[in-house]
Amino acid sequence: MDDPPPLLVLDKLAVAYGEIRAVKGIDVVVGKGELVCLIGANGAGKTTTLKGICGTQPVRSGTVRYDGEDITGMASFRLVRKGLVMVPEGRGVFGGLTIEENLGMGAYIRSDRAGIAEDLARIYDLFPRLRERRRQTAGTLSGGEQQMLAIGRAMMARPRLLLLDEPSMGLAPLMVQKVFETVLAVAKSGVTILLIEQNAKLALEVSSRGYVMESGEITLEGDARALLRDPKVRAAYLGAA
Amino acid sequence: MDIFLQQLVNGLTLGSVYAIVALGYTMVYGIVQLINFAHGEVVMIGAMVAYTVISMLAATHLPPLAIVTIATLAAIPVCMTVGYLLERVAYRPLRRAPRLAPLITAIGLSIILQNLALLIWSRAPLPYPQVITTVSYSLTSHPNGATITNVQVAILVMSALMMTGLMLLIYRTKLGVAMRATAQNQSVAGLMGIDINRVIAITFAIGAGLAAVAGVMVGSYYGVAHYQMGFILGLKAFSAAVLGGIGNMAGAMLGGLLLGIIEALGAGYVGDLTNLCQLSHWFGAIAERCQTNPNLALFGSNYQDVFAFLVLIAVLVFRPSGLLGERVADRA
Repeated sequence: MDDPPPLLVLDKLAVAYGEIRAVKGIDVVVGKGELVCLIGANGAGKTTTLKGICGTQPVRSGTVRYDGEDITGMASFRLVRKGLVMVPEGRGVFGGLTIEENLGMGAYIRSDRAGIAEDLARIYDLFPRLRERRRQTAGTLSGGEQQMLAIGRAMMARPRLLLLDEPSMGLAPLMVQKVFETVLAVAKSGVTILLIEQNAKLALEVSSRGYVMESGEITLEGDARALLRDPKVRAAYLGAA
Repeated sequence: MDIFLQQLVNGLTLGSVYAIVALGYTMVYGIVQLINFAHGEVVMIGAMVAYTVISMLAATHLPPLAIVTIATLAAIPVCMTVGYLLERVAYRPLRRAPRLAPLITAIGLSIILQNLALLIWSRAPLPYPQVITTVSYSLTSHPNGATITNVQVAILVMSALMMTGLMLLIYRTKLGVAMRATAQNQSVAGLMGIDINRVIAITFAIGAGLAAVAGVMVGSYYGVAHYQMGFILGLKAFSAAVLGGIGNMAGAMLGGLLLGIIEALGAGYVGDLTNLCQLSHWFGAIAERCQTNPNLALFGSNYQDVFAFLVLIAVLVFRPSGLLGERVADRA
């Protein structure tokens, strides 16, 4: 099986909060067009890994390469222009801005009016709920709708690589299902995705490959289906004996 | 004299200046949670620059309106540069510092700017050359009734235009939405590709540009500029911003206008209300004195400045989030 050319390469990436080493030198590769998940328990260092990639938390050592370029420690607003977009943990919608303004901010880096209008229509078609409420402030949306808005907003930037941080967190089961369907649809449209999840089963089911993270280190990696069957993964994350 | 109507006109005039200055405080607070106490000094610099330009042009035969316009157009870029430099040099390095540090820095900057102005423009009050002849228009049919001057009309119109323009900028442009997004969540704004340092710098510069025009308005209204004029004016505008709810743009405008009116009405009536001669019926001694001097007021209109701070104290005690403020008290 041919591996796709890599879009994102983490090489011995280490991120620390002061003395606490949250990510202890991990190697992760995401190929072009892949949907890769990074699973692990709460506090394993998944979100910190994303912060290290996005330059929102200083990298202690190691490198982040994106599309062949060393982007270690680059400010997040510059990464967006390169097509690397993150949907942060807790969704991070601008509660005081309307839904349309939120989506507009997603397209902040773009100036092609026609293309923006087209993408806006596409996102409204995907999430009719957002179109109905586009003049309302985003703070009035439910958690699930806010997640849709956050993903839609990220899509407005026309990303090449999308980093999703715990999109299912705090959502009702039905909503979680919907969010994962959306993630899969986004991936099918050609966007490369690195998905961070606590919900290991769902994440592995939609992904092609997966990494398992424990106390700041990658303990297992490989084909998502193989990981789903792996007894260690089943015991630790899928609640099976 | 129709005191009420006259003081209302005076109060609205002054209040619209407060509103313009208060917008600068509230915009900066909204985006970086910092009270820029040097903002009043930016107003002063605007008045000073305009003074210099008007003095230079007063001898020419340019039409008065052109002179004032040129002075304003000179003051705006100077103040915007000052505002930008304050952010870039003093506040940005302290953005992650404990909140007391930028606050003390702000007070220090205020002193530095005052002393710079003292060096450049001297310590004397500088009289604005009277290029514009003041014309009064009667507001009532009564010959001695309330009046409004052309300068007051100009200030009211100019303020209204600036506030409308600012609101359009904030609510109708991409930059404005980016400013509001940055105010709500800086790190997520960064994830949208917004260069938050640039947006914050622009916010300071816009606030300073408004302050420049306010400086020209105050200078022309009172006919004088002084290196310390920004201090009290800044504190009052800050009180206005707190009254409206700091961080809230509509609040700053409402607070400014209300404060101007409260101050003017207070100054207009405090003498009558505290006139001891009203007690003549009860106290013989007072009645005797009042026969020679019917005005035994405890407080006169020179107590005008007190009202702004009474309002500030009352707001902080009874409604710390201000009239329109929704922000939680722990951020104030």
